[in-house]
Amino acid sequence: MVSFLRFLINGISLGSVYAIIALGYTMVYGIAKMLNFAHGDVIMVGAYIAFCAMQYLNLPPLLSVLCAMVVCTCLGVVIEGLAYRPLRQAPKLAVLITAIGVSYFLQNTALLIWSSNPKVFPSVFSVGQIKLFDGNLVVSSETILTIAANIVIMVALTLFTGRTKMGKAMRAVSEDKGAAELMGINVNRTISLTFAIGSALAAIAGVLLCSAYPTLQPTTGSMPGIKAFTAAVFGGIGSIPGAMIGGLLLGVIEILGKAYISTELGDALVFAVLIIVLLFKPAGLLGKPVNEKV
Amino acid sequence: MKLKKSTVNNLISFGIVIIAFIVCQSMISTGVMKRSLRGQMIPICVYIVMAVSLNLVVGISGELSLGHAGFMSIGAFSGIIASAWLRTFGLENELVRLVLSMIAAGVMAGVFGALIGIPVLRLRGDYLAIVTLAFGEIIRNVLNCLYFSLEGRRLHVSFNNPNIPGTILLNGPNGAKDVAKIATFPAGFVLILFTLFLVMNLINSRSGRAIMAARDNRIAAEAMGINVTKYKMMAFVTAAVLAGMAGALYGLSMATVTASKFKFDTSILVLVFVVLGGIGNIWGSIIAAALLTVLPELLRAFADYRMLIYAIVLILVMLATNNPTMRALFGKLIPRRNGRQKGGAAA
Repeated sequence: MVSFLRFLINGISLGSVYAIIALGYTMVYGIAKMLNFAHGDVIMVGAYIAFCAMQYLNLPPLLSVLCAMVVCTCLGVVIEGLAYRPLRQAPKLAVLITAIGVSYFLQNTALLIWSSNPKVFPSVFSVGQIKLFDGNLVVSSETILTIAANIVIMVALTLFTGRTKMGKAMRAVSEDKGAAELMGINVNRTISLTFAIGSALAAIAGVLLCSAYPTLQPTTGSMPGIKAFTAAVFGGIGSIPGAMIGGLLLGVIEILGKAYISTELGDALVFAVLIIVLLFKPAGLLGKPVNEKV
Repeated sequence: MKLKKSTVNNLISFGIVIIAFIVCQSMISTGVMKRSLRGQMIPICVYIVMAVSLNLVVGISGELSLGHAGFMSIGAFSGIIASAWLRTFGLENELVRLVLSMIAAGVMAGVFGALIGIPVLRLRGDYLAIVTLAFGEIIRNVLNCLYFSLEGRRLHVSFNNPNIPGTILLNGPNGAKDVAKIATFPAGFVLILFTLFLVMNLINSRSGRAIMAARDNRIAAEAMGINVTKYKMMAFVTAAVLAGMAGALYGLSMATVTASKFKFDTSILVLVFVVLGGIGNIWGSIIAAALLTVLPELLRAFADYRMLIYAIVLILVMLATNNPTMRALFGKLIPRRNGRQKGGAAA
């Protein structure tokens, strides 16, 4: 029972990281209708920046995270402006392949700068741990922080998209670009803003991910990126609470699957669940089905 | 006697491939070709077949598949197991064994292609892409847990349990070791011819036109009485069979094969061939696959920057071909051919 609780907490912690990454995917998809495959690599860049800030500049952890967020935000906006904006009218496949190109570009640039040797990420927030059930259940401060960060981000984003003018603009653009433009919304700026928020979240996710799994490589971001993307699709891509639920469920399924079914098959299980969900709910758990017009 | 235009085109295509083969073969036998390049001949054949078959799905049928390497891995391991198993029947002739193994691999990959295609092709667009990706990853994960061994003529299979009797053929995450290398360049060439024959005839047939109609406008095609799922399935399974055969060729040309060779990256690599060669253009895929497989060999000096250059070229090609301003600019520089515009995946 205690071990089950431990796995569950680990799963929620991992799921929180997935959820934060998935939020970036889902917001970008909702607004730009594109799969930003490079998102996973922005996570990796964020983690590297935070790592460098701590290791070489001796900045305190919180400032390093902030530093990573600033760099990733700029990176996200630049990527959007240079690679995706010129393809706004292009077929989806072209945009997707460009995103894959950007992903390769980031990975290989990181490979040249930081080499392929894995870096050991310092544990950023190890303040202590909580012991429950006579020390049988140890919850590290990273885990608590990850879950807390997830909740804070979720609430902040919901308030942002629901209450602020910018957030309303974002929702309007995702609903109908043309009509939003007629209402005086600057579509390009709104999309840039979405990329900026998504990339800043990716930086946070990168640091949280690497605090939990402390090996940092140029390919660190790709698998969590793919899984978070799966989480976004799982919850219904384009929906913010969907990304949250999808991420958490996926993290829990992965950890429980690895613990109770097979260590090697954890990833396969995650993808199998995705396929089954998509077969019965083709738009994801919370996605709205889109009717096709002739 | 007057031949149909498509027949003439096909014959010309076969002619070019045959001439290319003769040139390569004579370069090998006279020793003009460098050793390092000679080792690349079978991979070139493999990737050409992979690219052409993926083009059938992405370009002709208009569905983005991100898990093509999964079928290649199924083919590779089926081919290796079939080859070793056939040997126990005293079948020492390597060519016969290679052909039979490749057929077995193609059938195996085709069966999986059909199994995966049934759920996948119900989905559309991005969801379809992500599910093919998911299947590719599942195949790789499952292959990492599979153990095959041969005891006499009996095949043993186990899941997640390396303790099985007999000589191990497939050793979970360590893959297959000491594979009998029976694949040859001429065999690869014949596989390319077979692929071209199959794909070009499919495109020029009634079914091919139905596949393209479903790509261009699904609703209109359905209104014309075309069974869209059936034709999409036809393209998907054909591509899977071809990828399986290419995988068998690849597996039987390597000393060791592991499932991690067929990662998501491999699927993307093949997709890059298809895109750079021109989506929907078979010849483009062939040329892109051949050149981009050889290029790393030639660019040894820039090994570190290779993938970076790849990425930049990929982005630039996409921008140049899809951005209206850039297209207008290129249009002025290069006078347009009056060829047909080959359509890509419908958005």
